[in-house]
Amino acid sequence: MKTRIILSVATAAALATTAASARDEIRIVGSSTVFPFATAVAEQFGKKTDFATPVVESTGSGGGIKLFCEGVGAEHPDVANSSRRMKAKEFKLCNDNGVTDIIEIKVGYDGIVIGNAIDAPNLDLTRKNIYQALAKDVFSYGRMTENPNKTWNQVNPSLPVQGIEVLGPPPTSGTRDAFEELAIQKGARDAGLDKAAAKKVEVRDDGAYIEAGENDNLIVSKLEADPQKVGVFGFSFLDQNADRIKGAMVEGVEPTFDNIASGEYPVSRSLWFYVKKAHVGVIPGIEEYLEEFMSDSAVGEDGYTVDKGLIPLPEDEFAKFQSAARNLVIMTGEEPLH
Amino acid sequence: MTEISMTPAPSIHTGEAAKARLKKRHNAEKRLRAYGIIAISLAALALMALLYNIFARAVNVRTEHYITIAADIAEDENDFLKVVKSAAKEAFPFASGRTQRRQVYGLFSDGAADDMRNAAGAGTLETGESVERRFLLSDDVDLYLRGTFGAPEERDAQGSLTVTEDGKKILLESTAADFNAAVGVVKAGLAAQAERLREEAGRQTAGVDALTTRLPSLEGPELEDTKAQIEGFQAKRAQLLAQADALDATVTAQDSGRMKLTNRMPSFFVRANGGILKLTEVSNTTALAKPLVPSDGTQTGAWSLFSLDRPETGRPVKDFQVALIENLRAKDRIEAVTNWRFFTSSDSTQPEIAGIYGALIGSMWTMLVTFSLAFPIGVMAAIYLEEFAPRNRWTDFIEVNINNLAAVPSIVFGLLGLAVFLHFFGVPRSSPLAGGLVLALMTLPTIIIASRASIRAVPPSIRSAALGLGASKVQTTFHHVLPLAMPGILTGTIIGMAQALGETAPLLMIGMVAFITAVPEGVTDSATVLPVQVFNWANASERAFDMRTAAAIAVLLGFLVVMNMLAIILRKRFERRW
Repeated sequence: MKTRIILSVATAAALATTAASARDEIRIVGSSTVFPFATAVAEQFGKKTDFATPVVESTGSGGGIKLFCEGVGAEHPDVANSSRRMKAKEFKLCNDNGVTDIIEIKVGYDGIVIGNAIDAPNLDLTRKNIYQALAKDVFSYGRMTENPNKTWNQVNPSLPVQGIEVLGPPPTSGTRDAFEELAIQKGARDAGLDKAAAKKVEVRDDGAYIEAGENDNLIVSKLEADPQKVGVFGFSFLDQNADRIKGAMVEGVEPTFDNIASGEYPVSRSLWFYVKKAHVGVIPGIEEYLEEFMSDSAVGEDGYTVDKGLIPLPEDEFAKFQSAARNLVIMTGEEPLH
Repeated sequence: MTEISMTPAPSIHTGEAAKARLKKRHNAEKRLRAYGIIAISLAALALMALLYNIFARAVNVRTEHYITIAADIAEDENDFLKVVKSAAKEAFPFASGRTQRRQVYGLFSDGAADDMRNAAGAGTLETGESVERRFLLSDDVDLYLRGTFGAPEERDAQGSLTVTEDGKKILLESTAADFNAAVGVVKAGLAAQAERLREEAGRQTAGVDALTTRLPSLEGPELEDTKAQIEGFQAKRAQLLAQADALDATVTAQDSGRMKLTNRMPSFFVRANGGILKLTEVSNTTALAKPLVPSDGTQTGAWSLFSLDRPETGRPVKDFQVALIENLRAKDRIEAVTNWRFFTSSDSTQPEIAGIYGALIGSMWTMLVTFSLAFPIGVMAAIYLEEFAPRNRWTDFIEVNINNLAAVPSIVFGLLGLAVFLHFFGVPRSSPLAGGLVLALMTLPTIIIASRASIRAVPPSIRSAALGLGASKVQTTFHHVLPLAMPGILTGTIIGMAQALGETAPLLMIGMVAFITAVPEGVTDSATVLPVQVFNWANASERAFDMRTAAAIAVLLGFLVVMNMLAIILRKRFERRW
């Protein structure tokens, strides 16, 4: 009885002392791909400046932009990370909710790797092969048939004789969106489908593509355990586990840091973040956070986010977005969003 | 009147058939016992496997590695990262070029600068020129020192070594065939590579065959494409086979001269004259080597050879770093120290300085809110429903709903919390208050059900006696029934709280699944909780988070054990017997 009373009093006191007022820490939401980079920047920002360390939530790109676009005010996040560019639909949603002045910053690139165990045979794939292996219906010389391919060598006779078992992210993931767009849909175009038809290509659901959850560590350990399996994951996981797994060549290009940075490796996407200009000056530290994120020491060639697996922007783009961050350049709505 | 028969028990209990039946029954009992033991053993085995899996990884967190070097620290220094960098430069002046310098800086953790900053803040930082100081090593080096990337293997070195400079490279000559092992490795590597190429060539052949059989049935553009594809396969096969043949020729050649050790093969190092060299080309008795750590001038003539099986491309700690570490390890400059940091620091993106303190405090605040809401409300609801409420359709309806509520997936409570507490009442996002409210909702049904059951279990005689002596209904309930029901209520509460402690799903919606480095000072500060910390670390790509994930799970288990102990102590205090 006594304990209970003490506890209740303690809680009541705690509730009373800290009333909810305007925030003093920046709130960041969005992509789980940008999360490790944004948290690294947030941590350095917290150490280097007198501002509080920003709170970073990993909600996925779509979920983050939705939260971001809900409105202006301390109860809404200040920054949204995204592993793809904002869609025109989302930009409109933002505007409708009064979030009009948005600063758009591109931070770098991320490669999507198709990999297998280090002892498994080397894979040399084309995007068309990926399409033929993973699409639900396959188009070939004017005929559309349900995907008949059970093994890799049916896709391309020079590939190993092993069943198609691909572990990859679920549809909620930005990595999956990018993989479908950059690999499967592009492969469908190579196989002769037109743009509209390629967009409609679905991933097969007969067990050849296995949704392995958002945790890439899990995919890596499953690949290591079973050399028959192939996985789809972010470049930083290949980088960290180079002793256990290897990346497949796509269109004859190996997924290495240099190849992704130069744009030669075809399955790579850009990473972005969006800032509410209306919050600059209201929530303390936003300008300084932007400065930190776009500094040489963070996303420059030798930056600490690069050590975490971010592929940095080429020089001209870096200069462009660095100045956009410094001058708080807002989106006009005329950007090529899709 | 009926006659009472005094005849002995019928043979139904003594006959052969009866014995067989008895045996059968005994056997059935034995089997049942065996099933029970098997079931318990399986459960125990599963538990042991789980605990072993967690603790075997978690124990690695107990130490962290430091390196001792000299640093110049000014009295009023504030850029401690620079201090670390210049100390590193000073300690390894021979690191030349951007790559090597980056690798030198890569040995150190940012935690080294944090330590100095903290010490300066506390006024305990030793300043001056060339102060010997411990610097925290980075996560990758820490993993290397734990043998995650394989331990260095000492090789035989029997001959005496002559070292001559040969331009930029250094020529090593031994009187014995000491580099035999390295040559073997190169040959095995080349042979394996050749085999791989042949395998790939074989797949090209398979491709040609498969497509050729398909040819007759094709026409038009498909035929042309297929023909082109066949030619492509043939060309590639020829190329692969030529490469494989060339490799095989090198392997089988009697005297192939010095062979190259590539960075995809195991690395070989030579310790000589106080320095470390890496072998780049080897034959049985001679080798070309690249100096990594220069000689310190001693000319003892003693030398040794060691190797790392894992190729340089397969590990984050590069050969130059290995040489630096091994050199300092030999000088006792590297030590493992008990890792208190894990318990005193909060989340970080750098595994070596990440800790669980923030999440632990967050969990405590959240549990405090949950307990102080769910426990009184739950117990009061149970008392009302058991002791005061009339039995009618309404109370039945409420009872059914409470039972249903206990089975609702926890994410639904998160959505409810988002809509009601965050959007309507404006509770701060990510705060223990929001989390505690949501978890209290989730725990309430469990507490109500358990409390009702234990109130019902109090014998009616207690109530009758109290009422009979003139106590009011409220007095009866609070003076007699509730204290007697308390042990059961507490057990139910602890079960509910333990469930709440391990939840992440409902917290996802209200923003507690986040990267937060600040330690919450109240229930409205942003905070995260232990299971979220586990979840975040399990998702991180850095290897060193693996053992920290396990350690965080161990701490979570420890938290649970403490809570259960508390329950047992409280239960013992309240326990009454009748």
